[in-house]
Amino acid sequence: MQAAVKRNKLQERGTNFLFKFGAIALLICIIIYFSSISDAFFTYANFTDILRSISIVTLLALGVTFTLVVGGFDLSVGSTMSLSTVVTASLMVWYEMPLWLVLIVPIVVGVLVGLLNSFLIVIIGIPDLLATLSTMYIVAGFHRTYTEGYSIYNNMPLTSGGTAPGQFSEAFLWIGQGRLLGLPVPVWIMLILVVVAYIVLNHTRWGRILYMTGGNEEAAILSGVNTRKVKFIAYIISGIFASLAGVLFTARVGSGQIDAGTPLLMEAVAAVFVGYSVLGIGKPNALGTFFGAAVIGILLNGLTILNLPYYAFDIIKGTVLVLALAATYVYAKKRFSRA
Amino acid sequence: MLNPFLSMKAIDKSFGNVNALKNAEFELKKGEVHALLGVNGAGKSTLMKVLSGVYEQDVGEILLEGERIRIRSPKVAKDFGIYCVYQEVDTAIVAELSVAENILLDKIVAGSNMFISKKKLNREARNALKQLQVVNISVEIPAFMLSLAEKQLVLIARALVSSAKVIIFDEPTAPLSLNESTKLFSVIKKLKATGVGCIFISHRLPEVFEICDRMTVMAEGTLVGTYNTSETNQEEIVEAMLGTSYSKDFPARKHVLGNTLLRVKNISRGEKVRDISFQVSEGEIVGIVGLVGAGKTELAKTLFGYSPYTEGSMEILGNTLKIKHPKDAIKAGLVLIPEERRKEGLFVQESLRTNASFPNLQNFSRLLFMDKKKEKSFAKEIIERLQIKTSSTETPLVYLSGGNQQKVAIGKWTSLDSSLYLFDEPTKGVDIGAKTDIYRMIREFAEKGKGCLYFSSEIHEVLGISDRILVMYDGHIVKELSRKEATQERILLYASGGKEE
Repeated sequence: MQAAVKRNKLQERGTNFLFKFGAIALLICIIIYFSSISDAFFTYANFTDILRSISIVTLLALGVTFTLVVGGFDLSVGSTMSLSTVVTASLMVWYEMPLWLVLIVPIVVGVLVGLLNSFLIVIIGIPDLLATLSTMYIVAGFHRTYTEGYSIYNNMPLTSGGTAPGQFSEAFLWIGQGRLLGLPVPVWIMLILVVVAYIVLNHTRWGRILYMTGGNEEAAILSGVNTRKVKFIAYIISGIFASLAGVLFTARVGSGQIDAGTPLLMEAVAAVFVGYSVLGIGKPNALGTFFGAAVIGILLNGLTILNLPYYAFDIIKGTVLVLALAATYVYAKKRFSRA
Repeated sequence: MLNPFLSMKAIDKSFGNVNALKNAEFELKKGEVHALLGVNGAGKSTLMKVLSGVYEQDVGEILLEGERIRIRSPKVAKDFGIYCVYQEVDTAIVAELSVAENILLDKIVAGSNMFISKKKLNREARNALKQLQVVNISVEIPAFMLSLAEKQLVLIARALVSSAKVIIFDEPTAPLSLNESTKLFSVIKKLKATGVGCIFISHRLPEVFEICDRMTVMAEGTLVGTYNTSETNQEEIVEAMLGTSYSKDFPARKHVLGNTLLRVKNISRGEKVRDISFQVSEGEIVGIVGLVGAGKTELAKTLFGYSPYTEGSMEILGNTLKIKHPKDAIKAGLVLIPEERRKEGLFVQESLRTNASFPNLQNFSRLLFMDKKKEKSFAKEIIERLQIKTSSTETPLVYLSGGNQQKVAIGKWTSLDSSLYLFDEPTKGVDIGAKTDIYRMIREFAEKGKGCLYFSSEIHEVLGISDRILVMYDGHIVKELSRKEATQERILLYASGGKEE
């Protein structure tokens, strides 16, 4: 009898430990494993590479984090990023707009998508997953229609005849390809946004309001919070992060690739859910999201070094997402059964 | 001597160590309408759940037409001809099916035919409705198109086609308009004429006296008495319902009333808040008492802006307010401690500290940044002042007892200098010790010149704590009583829709 109780307690401590430190332990194991296999893995150059490769996913994932914090979800971030990518590229290549406009217009596009999402969810009342699933397709359709299905690059032939007048400027490409103080510029952008998101969510009044709206909307309303406004803002923030990811992507590859964001959606969602469990926080949070993106980035980097074919990567990403979700929900179930 | 058609004898039922029924008795004759009355928690529902097979009694026997029966499940109850028309009719109606299919649902489910003839179905359903003299419902339309009252009639018809012998009506008129109630009563009279025995549970005494032949009163799980309607009156029934009066001692309170704080003029919203007017002075505790469903919670939420009023006006200290959202109410100095504290009042997964500071984040932040030290010291202050039992300010509230949670739900408002507190059933699910603490807190608010509104269906509590009592019935305030005038009997009489001669 007593032994059983003891065993139960041990088991509980075990799961708690796994939930708190599981993700970190997993990360350490992965790093040790890849380091032992390849000399190229554990180097400064490779790590800045990994950080640069995760910068875009991290931005997307931060947007998703904000919507999850208010108890919603945003599936449309991938498409929004795609749209922002082609809009950015077209502004430079087709219309020769000045740099400041090239940076602002995509953000406005992101805001508009966020507004559409929050309109459908908050005003009409469609469940978040379904609403953003629909927006995902609508926005994807828009971005393909806008470019008539082509990617946008320097001096591309136009369907109306002739070639595109503009080019990507050096200053713009620096955002995606330049270096600053020994780190690539995208890494700086990512780190700054992670820190800003962390401070906003964890140390400001706004963050408190966002978390409480997600935690118990009814109670938040009865505490005087206009939760509809809060949700609107969260989806708009998500749209902005997605469009920033699009700008960064364009600057990184130097062209307006079509469907750039679609494959990144799942990575972003996985990153957020891995982030739930970091240090047992059990809530969407900015640092966790960054950590989650890093775990996935390191895993993919290592597998590339191992020469795993790229078409098998989705198996790994999907598995990471399932594991993260399993950890989150097993833990949530335990918390609720105690409550 | 004619045996009673149905009788329940010496029924005991307990849950854990709570005796819900103790030696309960009930009798029903063929073709009579028999009311079952009692205050909240008197055991009416439990007794009816035993009869309809939801629970099985621990001790006691049930006789139907002189034969002992065991009702092991709701299905068995139906086989014996015992049917229930619940207040929440939607739980028993399949919205997408037609009216005819709904009426004959039990028969269809029980039947062994593969194919169902629509024509025959419609004919049978129409016959059943005709028997009840209901002519204006088409049996072919889907059930979701019906009004609530019509759905009730469908359920009654369903019981009828299954040759019900006993039909239990659990507060059937609560959601109905007066007109619809009248129609329901004529249907019940028809049922009576066909020999069906009807058990009628209601909080509304006038209609009970109108429709019922006899009434049985329960208190604290036991039978108080059975009365013939023609030989009793509302006062006698109310006295019986209250049973032994269990008034508790509330220390007398000296109170000095200040200026008029809140003036509510003719506010209305929907069916549950109708033309409400009253006022509250500084330092006054006003009790708003009514039975379940009288509209107290709705009134509290309307005042607080959660479901804003559509007519009327509100003034605080002479300033007219337009409250459209709780944030407007809070800004005007009016706060609500809601009834469902875990669902509406608190963030149970969060720490005591974050809960306590949430309504007044401005106060606990510099510029935009949260000042966690200040939050913590406030959390410590309310823990001490309200004697909250918790291990630290960082403990999530799920680990606290109901009473301690409630203290947090009240204490969290004290960082704002609000002038008016609305308490909606603040002692619900709270242990005795915490109850006393909560009363003390409310009295302290009043002594500081705050106005307090105490919404409750616990008559003795309202009686104990209030300086003045407003009785609600059916969305209206039907009576105002001063502390001196108020007695349990008078309050219950008005709360049940009765009037003094």
